[in-house]
Amino acid sequence: MSTTLFLILCLNGLQYGMLLFLIAAGLTLVFGVMGFINLAHGVQYMVGAYLAFAYVQLTGSFMLAVILSLVTALILGLLLEYFIFRHLYNRDHLDQVLATFGIIIFLNELAKVIFGPTTLSIAPPEFLSGSIQLTETLRYPIYRFVTIFAGLVVALGLYLTISFTRIGMLIRAGATSAEMVSALGVNIQRLFMIVFGVGAMLAGFAGVIAAPIFAIEPGMGDNILIVAFVVIITGGIGSIGGAFFAALLVGLIDTLGRSLATEILSTVFNPSFANQIGPALASMLIYILMAAILVFRPKGLLPAKGVS
Amino acid sequence: MKKHLKQLTAGVALSAVMGTAAFADDIKIGMVVTLSGPPAALGQQIVDGFQLALEQKDGMLGGQKVELIVEDDELKPDVALVKATSLVERDKVDFVVGTVFSNMLQAIFKPIVQSDTFLISPNAGPSTFAGRNCNPYFFVTSYQNNQNAEVSGMIANEEGFENVFTMVPNYQAGRDNIVGFKQTFKGNVTDEVFTPLGHQDFSAELARISTSGADAIFTFMPGGMGVRLVNQFANAGLSENMKFMSVFTTDETTLPGQKDAAVGFLAAGSWAPDLPNDANAAFVKAFEEKYGYIPGSYAMQAYDTASLLDSAIAKTGGDMSDKDAVRAALKEADFTSLRGDFSFNNNHYPVQDFHMLNVVKRDDGKFHTSFVRTIAKDYADSFSQDCKM
Repeated sequence: MSTTLFLILCLNGLQYGMLLFLIAAGLTLVFGVMGFINLAHGVQYMVGAYLAFAYVQLTGSFMLAVILSLVTALILGLLLEYFIFRHLYNRDHLDQVLATFGIIIFLNELAKVIFGPTTLSIAPPEFLSGSIQLTETLRYPIYRFVTIFAGLVVALGLYLTISFTRIGMLIRAGATSAEMVSALGVNIQRLFMIVFGVGAMLAGFAGVIAAPIFAIEPGMGDNILIVAFVVIITGGIGSIGGAFFAALLVGLIDTLGRSLATEILSTVFNPSFANQIGPALASMLIYILMAAILVFRPKGLLPAKGVS
Repeated sequence: MKKHLKQLTAGVALSAVMGTAAFADDIKIGMVVTLSGPPAALGQQIVDGFQLALEQKDGMLGGQKVELIVEDDELKPDVALVKATSLVERDKVDFVVGTVFSNMLQAIFKPIVQSDTFLISPNAGPSTFAGRNCNPYFFVTSYQNNQNAEVSGMIANEEGFENVFTMVPNYQAGRDNIVGFKQTFKGNVTDEVFTPLGHQDFSAELARISTSGADAIFTFMPGGMGVRLVNQFANAGLSENMKFMSVFTTDETTLPGQKDAAVGFLAAGSWAPDLPNDANAAFVKAFEEKYGYIPGSYAMQAYDTASLLDSAIAKTGGDMSDKDAVRAALKEADFTSLRGDFSFNNNHYPVQDFHMLNVVKRDDGKFHTSFVRTIAKDYADSFSQDCKM
């Protein structure tokens, strides 16, 4: 394993982590602030990707498609909140799981009806395609650098908003005690709606920037939702900072594990056994991490303040 | 999801005159394919290909009216088993056509063949039923799973590749493909990489590929995995220094998502939409007119399956009670295959030609695999000698 290959793997891990963060940020806020289990969060990631595809077809411009997709994802999120989720906040978790699971099935099938079951893809914008020569043999796509950068910008923006603005203060307060915030005369309903809309938009944004890297297909959000839950549990529910570090951790462990597990195992066991076990072990690593965190720090790495 | 696709008007008119007895003579065909989730595109091709054949024959096979019952296995073995059992026990079908995936076939195999119903696979061709466990009630119209990979090994030899990097998803079919490839490839396999099934991000693997010093990559990444791999492979700039060789990775189901990134990539297969024979040209034209997309090998195999049933039913005169006669009629494979020469081996798996294909862009901007040259003539699978049949 050369150092350059290791560097590439770290970059990949970062990039995957950023993507996870964009999805987990909304999930952790909705779960933390509203105590609402939104399984349909992953499907909003898929919606973002399909929106990007549709707008690229329509406008021909990737940047325009990004902006239009974000606006549409936000509106869709607000509509979902207004028509469906709003009525579930006071119901128990099983009802929420059932309703949001229904939304997953509905939207997955809808995507199939509109766009067909085949896998679609869009090309990255012209000025971001191509790759940077890192060493003689290694190239790294520019687009992936940009996704890392975009993730950092969103993280910074969220951090500043939550730490230093009035709405951020309300969100933090809402996470601790929603009833008290409401008793102090804050329109908690509107606050929830904003949190939900922004969460949906961030998931949509993740879908948009993921579309040129991964393929667009019905059900693409289902697997990543599970990983996003691992991230928010590892990081501490309701904590943006926790989600950020946990996302990076999960991204790096998953990426490095996939490449290194077989190699490390083959130093101990014989190669064919390592070949059998390595890939299986690699895909388990993040769950082992989550289990360990739950044992030693049940509230997560960086729990939100005041969560009991 | 269930569709009864009988010729309703004709059926109603007939039954009004003759009562229910009219249906007793209909040939019942049950189809178990995957029609939900991302691999639904493959199952849909099989349904479309089969229905095109039925339609061209006015809803009849071998001169008998056909009732087709389509079931979705949802890519879940337990669901496949329930659907297959109900086809056999409740609907009492004469033939079951299925499946897309080998693991679904394993699930439905026993209850169907044990009820003395003929099972015809239009795609899955696992080694499990090709050798010692071959069965008189089981036919395969596609290929044996290992064959495409074996032919890929031959292509690698002919193209002069010396170092090949191999990568497959970590499940049975993936491992079978590596075994098949290594069986015929004479050069050096630099790496064997196993990714999770449904893998999203190939960047870590691509980094390994670029430092491996291999001159070609051999892979098997069906469906969405193939779209992601090919696009990421091209984006990482690897296409310039490396040949891409695959099975079921760059085909008509994935090319709409891969587009220019896949042009020039090599594949092994028994058929391509432009395979030069008259029956095939007519099929591709009719299929595109009806469904608006270029058929892949799945649709072709389903069409061939319908043609095979047509020939067998005609030979027995629609009498399904004498199983030995039906089997003998099927075994003859007396139909015009879209692939050209086609016959059944002793294990009821096909003996057919395999070709080198590459991906081309058509003048109208659509993409398809294209016939380059024949690699293996009348190629039989390597398990047939273990079959005592």
